[in-house]
Amino acid sequence: MNPTATDNLQACFKLDRPGFSLDVDITLPNRGVTAIFGHSGSGKTSLLRCIAGFEKAAYGHLTFEGQTWQNGKTFVPTHRRPLAYVFQEASLFNHLTARKNLTYAQRRAGHDGPVVGLDDIIDLLGIRKLLEQYPSQLSGGERQRIAIARALMNRPRLLLMDEPLAALDQARKQEILPYIETLKREMHLPILYVTHAPEEVARLADTLVAMEKGRVVALGGLTETLAALDFPIRLGEESGVVIPAVIAEHDPQWQLIRVNFDGGSLWLRDNQTTIGDFVRIRVLARDISLALDGNHASSITNTLPATIDEIGQDEHPGLALVKLKVGSTFFVARVTRRSLHHLKLSVGETTWMQIKSVALVQ
Amino acid sequence: MFFSEADIHTLLLSIKLATVVTLILLILGTPIAWWLSQTRSRFKGVVSSIVALPLVLPPTVLGFYLLLAMGPHGLLGQLTQWLGLGTLPFTFEGLVVASVFYSMPFVVQPIQNAIEGLGQRPVEVAASLGASPLDTFFTVVLPLAKPGFITAGILGFAHTIGEFGVILMIGGNIPEETRVISIQIYDHVESMNYAEAHKLAATMVVFSFAVLLTLYTLTRQTHNKTQIHAP
Repeated sequence: MNPTATDNLQACFKLDRPGFSLDVDITLPNRGVTAIFGHSGSGKTSLLRCIAGFEKAAYGHLTFEGQTWQNGKTFVPTHRRPLAYVFQEASLFNHLTARKNLTYAQRRAGHDGPVVGLDDIIDLLGIRKLLEQYPSQLSGGERQRIAIARALMNRPRLLLMDEPLAALDQARKQEILPYIETLKREMHLPILYVTHAPEEVARLADTLVAMEKGRVVALGGLTETLAALDFPIRLGEESGVVIPAVIAEHDPQWQLIRVNFDGGSLWLRDNQTTIGDFVRIRVLARDISLALDGNHASSITNTLPATIDEIGQDEHPGLALVKLKVGSTFFVARVTRRSLHHLKLSVGETTWMQIKSVALVQ
Repeated sequence: MFFSEADIHTLLLSIKLATVVTLILLILGTPIAWWLSQTRSRFKGVVSSIVALPLVLPPTVLGFYLLLAMGPHGLLGQLTQWLGLGTLPFTFEGLVVASVFYSMPFVVQPIQNAIEGLGQRPVEVAASLGASPLDTFFTVVLPLAKPGFITAGILGFAHTIGEFGVILMIGGNIPEETRVISIQIYDHVESMNYAEAHKLAATMVVFSFAVLLTLYTLTRQTHNKTQIHAP
């Protein structure tokens, strides 16, 4: 994260609504995907709407790449901000075909965002066959792909996405996520992505902003923030870490791949990857168990020695979260307090992690 | 059915009046409806009430105050005299001004309802894509709320055609200047000329029915959510 004011987004808002208040003061990087994560009612959408200029906070200070969008009496209206916004549910203009929705955005495009060709965007989102349809003739997933394409045609310098997948069923989500990953990879466009789904955070986010009750409760790089035992939002079964890794080896006989991370390597299912690909893997806290030695015969493929870095509280008093260090990478395991006691595990000791499941998330 | 020459004049005058008033109301009422649909101002209630007032006021009351306002000592009257236009009562222009007030709610409300029915979403989407409010109005709101505008135009026209009390108060009964259908029917009845009255009255019934039928058919076809406040 670059601290200079000219190449990031600084947002400070105080907004009071009946039964809800938003009070944030944050600086966000202007590259990659920043996930604004929280449960419903946490104020994440309100924050995004303030940044877009749909809501006018009573007190607001907002600068993007050195341009002031809001400060005191200054309030740049939404249509003069070089941003685009993808809404949760269908937001296509119903009186226009998909193609005309795209050209509507193209004609009003800012002139300083990344140059994009209509054809490139159409291919990026796989929507060529849908162009002559009206929104009412499209499925929810198709409409959302058109909406994302339309936002990109506007050549924004900042893309705001408000739970773009929340209104879709699981199959549709899986259909659209790869497109968002591609767009993240191929377009050099900062994205603010509001979501309440840990899976989307794991797959997409580089930076994580966690919100609760209208306040920012954690902010930082995804890997460090998720590995912090005091991560303030209860994720329950979804607690875990996301680790950057690179594909190192294919094992065609057993249909497995080996990925290297900073400090070790793990085996996981082959998913048609290429050696050298940068990926991220997600290991859930519930999938790690601890043992005193690594020699027991077991069906578990991944057993790694690790140092206990920290032991913290979990939601349930009988459970503990254990932060483990392998090389310079951290894992978090959820184990019972009784096991910790029986195994006599404490901070600084070396133990063996048995990892039951590793997911390739990107 | 054939009409006397005098009846034809009143018919043409009524149609001319309704056409002019409808056009003025669509131009004048649209920004008012747009403002009412978008504003969070505390004056919204006041403006809404003023617009809706003709719905509940007896036309004679409205006509009476318009007569005073447009008269030589009224505010409107002084303005028109200062502009060198004389005073408006008992002129066609006077009827137009009065009818604009009288039919205002029938045009503003359907447009406002149609725009409010769209919600803020299309407006926000357009803004996020760089469309100015004016651009948004013409390229997004107008096409999406079209059924509401059609309803407004038809209702405004039909309501103006049928008006009586206000016109009687401020327009009197001057042939080819202010004598519209409803006044003519009243005159025929006053002079016991029922056959002539029937011709015009029946024409009005057929016309009104045709208007409403068109309106409801159109409304069903376009599946719009615009509410119709039948007169």
